[in-house]
Amino acid sequence: MVRERGPADAAARTPARPRRAVRAPRAASGWWWVLPALLLYGGFVLYPLSQTVRYSFYDWDGFGPATWVGLDNYRSVVTDERLLDSLGHALVLIAFFTLLPIALGLALAAVVADLRSGAGRAAARALLFLPQVVPLAGAAIAWSWMYSSDGVVNQLLRLIGLDALARPWLADFHTALPAVGLIGAWVATGLCTLLFTAGLLRIDPALHEAAALDGAGRIRRFTAITLPSLRREIVVAATILTIAALASFDIVYVATAGGPGYSTMVPGVLIFRLVFTEQAVGLASALAVVLVLLVLAVIAPLQRLGRER
Amino acid sequence: MRRRSPAGLLLALAAVGTVLPLVSMALTALQPRGSRPAGLSLPADPQWGNFADAWNAALMGELLKSSSLIVLVVVPAALLLATLAGYGLALVPFRGSRLVFAAFLAGLALPYEALIAPLYLQIGDLGLLNSRWAIILPLTALFMPFSIFWMRAHFLGLPAELLDSAKVDGASSRQAFRHVMLPLAAPAWSALAILLFLWTWNQFLLAVTLVDDPTRRTMAGALGAYQGQYGTDIVLLCAGSLLIVVPTIAVFLVFQRGFVAAILQGAGR
Repeated sequence: MVRERGPADAAARTPARPRRAVRAPRAASGWWWVLPALLLYGGFVLYPLSQTVRYSFYDWDGFGPATWVGLDNYRSVVTDERLLDSLGHALVLIAFFTLLPIALGLALAAVVADLRSGAGRAAARALLFLPQVVPLAGAAIAWSWMYSSDGVVNQLLRLIGLDALARPWLADFHTALPAVGLIGAWVATGLCTLLFTAGLLRIDPALHEAAALDGAGRIRRFTAITLPSLRREIVVAATILTIAALASFDIVYVATAGGPGYSTMVPGVLIFRLVFTEQAVGLASALAVVLVLLVLAVIAPLQRLGRER
Repeated sequence: MRRRSPAGLLLALAAVGTVLPLVSMALTALQPRGSRPAGLSLPADPQWGNFADAWNAALMGELLKSSSLIVLVVVPAALLLATLAGYGLALVPFRGSRLVFAAFLAGLALPYEALIAPLYLQIGDLGLLNSRWAIILPLTALFMPFSIFWMRAHFLGLPAELLDSAKVDGASSRQAFRHVMLPLAAPAWSALAILLFLWTWNQFLLAVTLVDDPTRRTMAGALGAYQGQYGTDIVLLCAGSLLIVVPTIAVFLVFQRGFVAAILQGAGR
């Protein structure tokens, strides 16, 4: 049966060829099928989104009268250091939420796919995937404790004689952002490992053997066979994780709330703060619109990379 | 094999790094209340009662009920709406269907933060702030892009012969849906339901913005409140957080194979 396909097949599936459709009695009848979903989506996603765009042109505290200010809020987004920095931090987080997990995932997947026993592979995959099911807020609490003065990180540093490095990592202006980033890497690595392991197991071993016979070393085989074969999986992981990095909220809100100072402030937390603490709805909305555009600008080239073959 | 040992070392390091934060949390949760233990220290006299204290302090019973209620509305509602829309978009041709699908697809990349200000005002106008509907309605709507994408892919993946045979029998699209498509949707549902359950249970932003009362939030949303309340009592914070984290881990371990298949399918689509 078609539905019984294994995970590897599902990933390998070529785009479905167009099917002939059941002929509908009236051309309009298709609308009835999508109408319920469309009403809900329109009411609670598209409509609020249009409102965000509208608010972004006003100076508004959320309840009093609103004043039209044209593009002033957008001007603030690119000139106000606090807002601009938050966007910069989001881009820095891509290195931790996206690039690092993909690199670690590639290495770990190679090891896991090499395990001889199927049960060992499944166990390793499941264990490494565990952080992905923990609520992000829970991960942030666990890691806040890890990073604290008495936490495991400092305990280990002192154990190996690096007392000088020990510090409250999330309270230090220089280390807070990378420390927050590593929480994201902890969460995301399992997802990459899972995706890439499935991809690796699909590669025909004969390909590697042939290349080895031709004298290709491990690195050459990795760049010539492994990477191209995993392109789809890498693009999928990069897309999901880049969105997660740019739109991060839970981890930062719980671990640092943007602090110390504004050293870990990201757009998501700043939007929240501008709306609910500073009552600057217009400015928050302009930042939100810029964030949406930034996400689209970053993931659009990725999609093209995934499609071309 | 020579390269066995560095590879094994890498795997072992990754495994330790994965469980370390959770182990540190569990060990801390068993220390005496009010103490300030080190991150990794075996409790001399494990205080299992801490979990009972955390359960009571966090009103965990109410919280579980609240999260379950939210999940029990959001997941079936999202499955139903997405199945109808996915079928319509895949197999019932109509003018404008490409545009509708594109509108849903665009939502896949939408950061939820972009909606919080208008949603807050809109939910307030509806008089639903601080109720579970404040989470249920927007969350179900926000699940539409992925769920519809998923169900549409499922319907497109069905063999063409099935549809042809239904057509030969003179079935209308509604009959074909009820008698041919619905029975075949079960596997697609189970995988999607697992993902939606997890995403609902772990939903944080909507809970924190739209619902003040932690006992009407999702499980993850309540974590935000704890941190403020028990931030100074690290032992209780760890115990309470574990109580919230453990159910998701338990669900994962029980449905592990389904989970892995769901993720891989989701990525494949």
